Amino acid sequence: MKVGLFVPCYVDALFPQVGVASYKLLRHLGMDVTYPKGQTCCGQPMANGGFEKDTVGLAEKMEDLFAGYDYVVAPSVSCTAFVRLHYPELLDHECRLASSCMDIVEFIHDIVRPEALPGSFPHKVSIHNSCHGVRELGLSSPSEQNVAPFNKIRDLLSLKQGIEVVEPERKDECCGFGGLFCVEESAVSARMGLDKVRRHIATGAEYITGADCSCLMHQSRIARKNRLKIEFKHVAEILAAGL
Amino acid sequence: MTQHSKKARAFLKDARYSEWHDATFWAVRSKRDAMARGLPEWERLREKASAIKRHTLSHLDEYLEKFAAQAEKNGAVVHWAADADEFNAIVYDILKAADVKKIVKSKSMLTEECRMNPYLEAKGIEVVETDLGERIIQLMGQRPSHIVMPAVHLSPDQVGELFEREGISDEIGNHDPTYLTYRARLSLRNEFLTAGAGMTGANFGIAATGDIVVCTNEGNADMSTSCPRLHIAALGLEKVIPDYDCLAVFQRMLCRAGTGQPTTSYTSHFRKARPGAEAMHIILVDNGRSEWIGNPDHWESLKCIRCGSCMNTCPVYRRSGGFSYSYFIPGPLGVNLGMLRDFEAHKGNLSACTLCMSCQSVCPVKIDLGEQIYKWRQTPGAVPSAKKALCKGMSMVYNHPLMYKAATGAFKPFHSMDLEKDE
Repeated sequence: MKVGLFVPCYVDALFPQVGVASYKLLRHLGMDVTYPKGQTCCGQPMANGGFEKDTVGLAEKMEDLFAGYDYVVAPSVSCTAFVRLHYPELLDHECRLASSCMDIVEFIHDIVRPEALPGSFPHKVSIHNSCHGVRELGLSSPSEQNVAPFNKIRDLLSLKQGIEVVEPERKDECCGFGGLFCVEESAVSARMGLDKVRRHIATGAEYITGADCSCLMHQSRIARKNRLKIEFKHVAEILAAGL
Repeated sequence: MTQHSKKARAFLKDARYSEWHDATFWAVRSKRDAMARGLPEWERLREKASAIKRHTLSHLDEYLEKFAAQAEKNGAVVHWAADADEFNAIVYDILKAADVKKIVKSKSMLTEECRMNPYLEAKGIEVVETDLGERIIQLMGQRPSHIVMPAVHLSPDQVGELFEREGISDEIGNHDPTYLTYRARLSLRNEFLTAGAGMTGANFGIAATGDIVVCTNEGNADMSTSCPRLHIAALGLEKVIPDYDCLAVFQRMLCRAGTGQPTTSYTSHFRKARPGAEAMHIILVDNGRSEWIGNPDHWESLKCIRCGSCMNTCPVYRRSGGFSYSYFIPGPLGVNLGMLRDFEAHKGNLSACTLCMSCQSVCPVKIDLGEQIYKWRQTPGAVPSAKKALCKGMSMVYNHPLMYKAATGAFKPFHSMDLEKDE
């Protein structure tokens, strides 16, 4: 299976280890992985800020860069959701990327479907269910809805030896990052982040993990500022542990 | 900083109060969750409710005519108000013709929208709110901080002191909510008995039968209509639904979604003036609605049944309070309706959203509230210039790979790694 690795801008710059873990993990699962050079940003931050029209060029470029792959996989739910839900409206022609692009958790869970993963992660981790993963990609059952409970992040993490997986109270309440929201509404954003980190800590977890580095980044800043002790790891890093 | 973010920052300064506010509304959301989970068909009901509203709104002319004809056949007097001014004038004319000096009101956000109370008061008519929360904020001189729980921002002590000042309670220092409610009831009873007219809003108007349906927990709509000699009912055009079968769908959802109760304590149908009373008037109010229906991106806001669940679930509303929004309806619904009402006046609320989409996931009639906020932000002139400059700058860097490389070079980015070497 030909997989194009999509490493969003902020993961590229700030969390390169998540890109590496994603690459290793997909290779381990037998994928023919390529990282096409020349990637920058999918356009989400500017579009959410109100400048969707300025991101058409980026969408065109992404569509070209990732032509010819069976799947395009990203370690980011919000970027994947943006590509999937908004690119078809931005482009004036058919958007293949909208259907080939998947977040790494849903790709491994739904397409690769491994029964086991090597390596152990003998730690207690609390899942951060990112909003766009829950409510736009369907990574887990939204707490608002009366549907059978499921969580694809939990399913995958459970394949690691020795891991204990928990979720915080208010399991899918927003952490308050929201892209430019955290700049424009910094007071509310900080408060949401602090509430979220405290709820994760209350589970007794050593790590907060999730499928979106932006939520983790926001919470780790808040934790540092408030001297709260807890570590952060993207799901891909945990799944790739020991590879 | 935006209009909303400034107010939100001030709200959060009082940590204990803002924590209480967040926890209070989260508790309502949790009660609602338990109710939604109690009905296996909940998600199908949401689909159905949305479909009914979409159908009705796209055939609204037919249903409005049917409703009005039926209501008149029942014996009610039907009025049409194009805007707030016309609405207020109609109410005043009715009161003046019947020589009414005092009117009691059950809860109506529409009269808030039209600023009816100050209009009537300026003309010398006494207006008495009878929903307890509305009465409290009326005496306080405030506006509602939530559409279902308008006085939730106040503490029992604040209410107790207010009642002492107003002479409603006579045991000074007794701020027990049960006592305060008892005293409010005594004081309101006298208002019901001495008012010349009673006004109600309406949760639904039934086209097939001409009923207006009013849901309350306090029975105050029933008191407002069973004592005074006149009943005036005010409803926005979008409140009309086809028939009782449709009503049954909404009745199962409204209170479960709004307050986490299986139903309201009172669900009252009104068709005509009660025996011995003078008249029942129904005022159908447009005030922008017929224009909004034609807005392809935002018409679904009109599906709203005013349960308030989007506010209760909104992580920003819970942490910033109703008064942080410039429109009289706060939260995700209010952000959207405010923009429809007056773009320039209310664009300062657009920042109050992380696009977490919990609002549209909770909404019983499936309004795409978060997506609409996203769309409003795309409208030219909607976002502040500093944010615009930031977005333009980011777009520039991202559109030029060399600039992007230069900007990220210092971080040892993923794109500069030799992946094969790592193997």
